Amino acid sequence: MPLTQDDLLRMYRMMLLIRRFEERATQYFMNGQIRGSFHPCIGQEATAVGGCFALRQDDYMTCTYRGHGQSLAKGLDAKEAMAELLGRRTGCSKGKGGSMHFTDPRIGLLGENAIVGAGAAIINGAALTARLDGTDQVGLTFFGDGATNQGVFFEALNLAAIWQLPVIFFCENNLYSEMTPIRDMVRTDSLADRAGAFGMATAVVDGYDPLAVYDTTLAAVERARAGGGPTFIEAMTYRLVGHMVGDSEPYRTKEEVAEWRARDPIVMFPRRLVAEFGVSEQQIGAIDAAVAAEIEEIARFAEQSPWPEPHEAAEDMWA
Amino acid sequence: MREITYAQAVREALTEGMTHDPNIILIGEDIGLYGGVFKVTEGLLAKFGPERVRETPISEAGFVGAAVGMAMTGKRPVVELMFMDFLWVASDQVFNQAAKMRYMSGGRVKVPMVIRSQQGGGRGNGAQHSQSFETIFTHIPGMKVVLPATPYDAKGLLKTALREDNPVIFIEHKLLYNTRGHVPEEDYAIPFGVADIKREGSDVTLVSLSRTVLFALEAAEEASRDGVSVEVIDLRTTVPLDLEAILKSVRKTGRLVIAHEAHRRLGIGAEIAALVQEQAFDYLDAPIARVGAMDVPIPASKTLEDVVLPGKSHILDAIRAIVS
Ligand SMILES: Cc1ncc(C[n+]2csc(CCOP(=O)(O)OP(=O)(O)O)c2C)c(N)n1
Ligand SMILES: [Mg+2]
Repeated sequence: MPLTQDDLLRMYRMMLLIRRFEERATQYFMNGQIRGSFHPCIGQEATAVGGCFALRQDDYMTCTYRGHGQSLAKGLDAKEAMAELLGRRTGCSKGKGGSMHFTDPRIGLLGENAIVGAGAAIINGAALTARLDGTDQVGLTFFGDGATNQGVFFEALNLAAIWQLPVIFFCENNLYSEMTPIRDMVRTDSLADRAGAFGMATAVVDGYDPLAVYDTTLAAVERARAGGGPTFIEAMTYRLVGHMVGDSEPYRTKEEVAEWRARDPIVMFPRRLVAEFGVSEQQIGAIDAAVAAEIEEIARFAEQSPWPEPHEAAEDMWA
Repeated sequence: MREITYAQAVREALTEGMTHDPNIILIGEDIGLYGGVFKVTEGLLAKFGPERVRETPISEAGFVGAAVGMAMTGKRPVVELMFMDFLWVASDQVFNQAAKMRYMSGGRVKVPMVIRSQQGGGRGNGAQHSQSFETIFTHIPGMKVVLPATPYDAKGLLKTALREDNPVIFIEHKLLYNTRGHVPEEDYAIPFGVADIKREGSDVTLVSLSRTVLFALEAAEEASRDGVSVEVIDLRTTVPLDLEAILKSVRKTGRLVIAHEAHRRLGIGAEIAALVQEQAFDYLDAPIARVGAMDVPIPASKTLEDVVLPGKSHILDAIRAIVS
């Protein structure tokens, strides 16, 4: 089914919400209100939204520490997410998970993960559950280019291929794994080629084009639902900020960042909606205003939320 | 009274569990047609089919990770690791994923999975196939840790493990598989966290677990000929730990020996010694003694392995040292 104008506006709204959410969280981090480390997905909103809009809420998903946007796009309550970042008991994990462990099984979110590569193994099990139960749910795992050098990642690809699991391995190739260019750490030009060697379908897509991401993911999802097995998607993308807040970024040039920034999906997508899809400037303006107001509400909720009580440290150990 | 082997007892628990609960799925290497290298799952493929008795590639991180995902989405995977030593290959999925998922999600997910494997030495398998790891699992919060010593306990504890909503590390011992013991025909389950007094006594409390319980019982028998009455407590689970059973016995005997096959250094004996001196210091009439494997990798040659792994004589020496 082609996307309606309403769908397109919802996609834009979510992309913008993610951007504003991450910007607000960056402020909190700089103020010392978010502890630990924080890995913004600024610049990678189109993959989060294009990928997640191809999923249903009952589909399963795992992602990484850079997964705030993907979690929101999958349906995580943004207030709970922000409260979690601030360590409050109203957070999605009651303050026990933090930035790198957003989890909500009610929307199929089986966790961000702070261990590079681990989520690819876990999604296979979720997809196997769906297959054993005879449902047409699929599993999608987001990970970075760097994760494709992990042993467990290759094990996961192989298991999904031999069991023909309904899984989408969604690689966000943002050219760097932390501070290391992926081209220095992989001998082949294409990461998708490596996945193809396991005997699965592959696709490469422009990760700055939410509609291309959506179409590519949807094709993989439909194949998986129909029993056609796993797909590896390599989405070429770029983070417009450092690996984590505080990254001095000596490993890339200002020119390279500027080149990608000129294609910033948060700027380009609404222009395209106006130019190609009959959306009015007013409609875009209304979304911008609505998101700005929503962010204030999210922030207020998170900041006013109570802290966990000391006794809660011992809770949630056992089912 | 019906007697079966430890391996049969494990198989019976799996068979009964799978018959009642269609969500129980076995996964592991060579567990299907061959029935696992120790033949524990023999016949289960024929009975339950390849969807529920799933053969995997040699890919421990990959399939333990898949089990975590299955458990989080409503299945009850039972993983067989061929040797506990291979745990390390999958250790991220065990320690960072399975054990932490529930807590990290603020209680929103549960991870009802069992990892079964066999551990221990005594067969000359060498350093990478003979280790004992219960201490490691006990140290990291988030897993129940079970080590049956008898066929009766193996079946009853595994039945409980198959109904447990948290990750369970179910540790068998390779040299227990062929031991025989009474296992009733009728259904039963043994709760976690309840130690079993395998022999009553009044002079010394001897706490043990897994195969070392058999040596403890032999040592207790021999000590009784010297007029020393030894109470043998089989922990059966280290998480949860039945500390009350230990304290109760120590208050009676005033003497404590802890014996296990894992390395002595920081073994479960160290933890129990610490807990007992905290909570029953006034009852102790002698220093607490610990028996465990020498702190070297487990050697292959019989003469060396016999020195490194604790047996009856090591336990007897410890008993004599604290009663004299
Ligand atoms: C097993 C493991 N090794 C190392 C790290 C430290 N680390 C965190 S993010 C990261 C880079 C990962 O790069 P990539 O997969 O490309 O994802 P990106 O951060 O670019 O989204 C590294 C090395 C980790 N978290 N886990
Ligand atoms: Mg990267």
